[in-house]
Amino acid sequence: MSEPRTEILGKLRRALARTDSDAAAVDARIAAHTANLVPARGQVPEPERVAMFRAMAGEVGGTTEELAGPAEVPAAVARYLAGQNLPARAAMAPDPLLQGLPWTTTVLELRQGRTHGDDLVGITAAFAGVAETGTLVTLSGPTHPTTLNFLSETHVVVLPRRRLAGAYEEVWARLRALGADVPRTVNMITGPSRTADIEQTIQRGAHGPRRLHILIVDGLD
Amino acid sequence: MESSAHAFPANVRHALADPQLQRAMGRLKGHFIDKRAHARARLPEFDALRDQAKAIKDHTLAYLDLYLERFETEVRRSGGHVHWCRDAAEARGVVLGLCREAGARTVTKGKTMIGEEIGLNPFLEANGIRPVETDLGEYIIQLAGEPPSHIIAPAVHKNKEQISDLFVEHHHGGDRSRRLDGIPELVTEARETLRARFLEADVGITGANLLIAETGQTVIVTNEGNGDLTQTLPRMHIVLASLEKVVPTMEDATTILRILARSATGQEFSTYTTWSAGPRRPGDLDGPEAFHVVLLDNGRSALLGSEFQDILRCIRCGACLNHCPIYGSVGGHAYGWVYTGPMGAVLSPALIGLDEAHHLPNASTFCGRCEDVCPMRIPLPRMLRHWREREFASGKAPAAARWGLGVWAWFATRPWAYRLATGLVARVLGLARRGRFAALPLAGGWTRGRDFPSPEGRTFHAQWASRRGR
Ligand code: SF4
Repeated sequence: MSEPRTEILGKLRRALARTDSDAAAVDARIAAHTANLVPARGQVPEPERVAMFRAMAGEVGGTTEELAGPAEVPAAVARYLAGQNLPARAAMAPDPLLQGLPWTTTVLELRQGRTHGDDLVGITAAFAGVAETGTLVTLSGPTHPTTLNFLSETHVVVLPRRRLAGAYEEVWARLRALGADVPRTVNMITGPSRTADIEQTIQRGAHGPRRLHILIVDGLD
Repeated sequence: MESSAHAFPANVRHALADPQLQRAMGRLKGHFIDKRAHARARLPEFDALRDQAKAIKDHTLAYLDLYLERFETEVRRSGGHVHWCRDAAEARGVVLGLCREAGARTVTKGKTMIGEEIGLNPFLEANGIRPVETDLGEYIIQLAGEPPSHIIAPAVHKNKEQISDLFVEHHHGGDRSRRLDGIPELVTEARETLRARFLEADVGITGANLLIAETGQTVIVTNEGNGDLTQTLPRMHIVLASLEKVVPTMEDATTILRILARSATGQEFSTYTTWSAGPRRPGDLDGPEAFHVVLLDNGRSALLGSEFQDILRCIRCGACLNHCPIYGSVGGHAYGWVYTGPMGAVLSPALIGLDEAHHLPNASTFCGRCEDVCPMRIPLPRMLRHWREREFASGKAPAAARWGLGVWAWFATRPWAYRLATGLVARVLGLARRGRFAALPLAGGWTRGRDFPSPEGRTFHAQWASRRGR
């Protein structure tokens, strides 16, 4: 073990008068990972939950749309891109959930994989949505390259309605259920990129996407 | 970073005489203060969350060694490395070693106060590595060659004309025909310029708002997404964090996150909150190949168990700066070092020594607003008072202050003399003028920035006595 490590830990132990039995208390607290106070706003049931998610995401400049079924997704994406005067072309996450959608019913030209910054549009699915602040949660992995969240000017996200949680804590519970190891990156995304660094004036599209469009889809999982 | 905290009085005179800075400081209210008040009003549980957040940090600090060891174990399990550093020099050395290991020529940086604290940029430059700040505010002050003036809004002291000038000089070789003056155009120009740096960087350095003992995750909170591009695109991700950033679980971090953005900018939640653990996993299509956490002490361990321990709960939200009448008048640069406002006045003497920073604890009227708004309920005024006591005890207080306090103490311990003197002064001033004094003998420093109201009638003591306490 390095000398700085030994010295720093030694100082902490002396200052805190550490005893041997304390380690058990720390382990127990971590193992229990008890939720603290969850605001009432994070505990609203459906369908108010969807309404809250849409309102909160909208407040920070995200746009949302509810779709009755998976079959409607490709057309909704094509419509949205056309409405923004964007080409019908996108990089899409290689996610089975997205791959299972009927893309061939549209003229969209899709390329699957990560992006190096030359794709105007990125399409991904979300692991969860959180109503209390209109936040999306995505996990990095083979089916979800992180670059798609950040490098494209427009980010289109497919959020299965069943994955919409009230509060963040519900998402952590689902994350733990996936297995012992957290993914390399858990991204919480609330609205498009912004900055207020010039005269405290809010400006969209600082480094990440200028637009964030969220499709909330029934009957998809 | 080189400190000029010892020159605080001169820095303040300079700041008060700078009309551009005064205008910029005037913008704080609408942006930060009103928005925080609004966000707080919208969340009925806000104050209860503050209590819980305080308790979480107090618990963690009481077991800090154990939580840090657990954090280290989890980082290793996810394939990352933890480097413990006692001081700034050690941390700089570790970062340089890692950059060399990665063969780095260009390093992108997300906003990191620890990077400022250890003076990383000049050190990397001196060693042939080009650090590029990517947070727009940090980028602006890097171009200007200045330190940040606010812990969450580093360029808050600059106006858009100054930024236009900087961009012309650095992006277009001074060609003024290419000068932009709209804020959207300036942001787009910075976006395009920095995009190229993101893509060519070999190493990305970010700070950390929180470290999670349970999972070995480091958490950053940004609005621009620059921290994410910084850590996702290069081959190596280095996280700079100080010891006290650790919390036990994701749930504990979540409670703190609920009050962080609301206290800082009045946002319900920041745009991007990113939890990172280790390097990219097998099958991942992007992400860094190496992940290192530089864990810095730099004087913090000495605060545990001291009367200053509570400052280790600080989550760097900036609320105490935004609400401080002194910070609002003089701005951040006057403080002379990385940390500014009330939290800086408490932390700086601990990190750079009372000799250097002894003026800062005096930069307070003790109005108490900082403590009122602090999401972590840190008793900032009380700790400022502790520093003032130490300053006085060590003989560093200016002669005039010591002499003045001596005179005051003589009168205060002799009530008859105190009453006589105050009664006399009140009568003389009250006769001399009604309303306000714009200048007073022996108090020129005080009246330069404000008026002294002239006393109306008799002293409190005299009135109290004549009304028999009613
Ligand atoms: S002392 Fe409190 S208010 Fe000030 S930056 Fe730290 S947490 Fe925020």
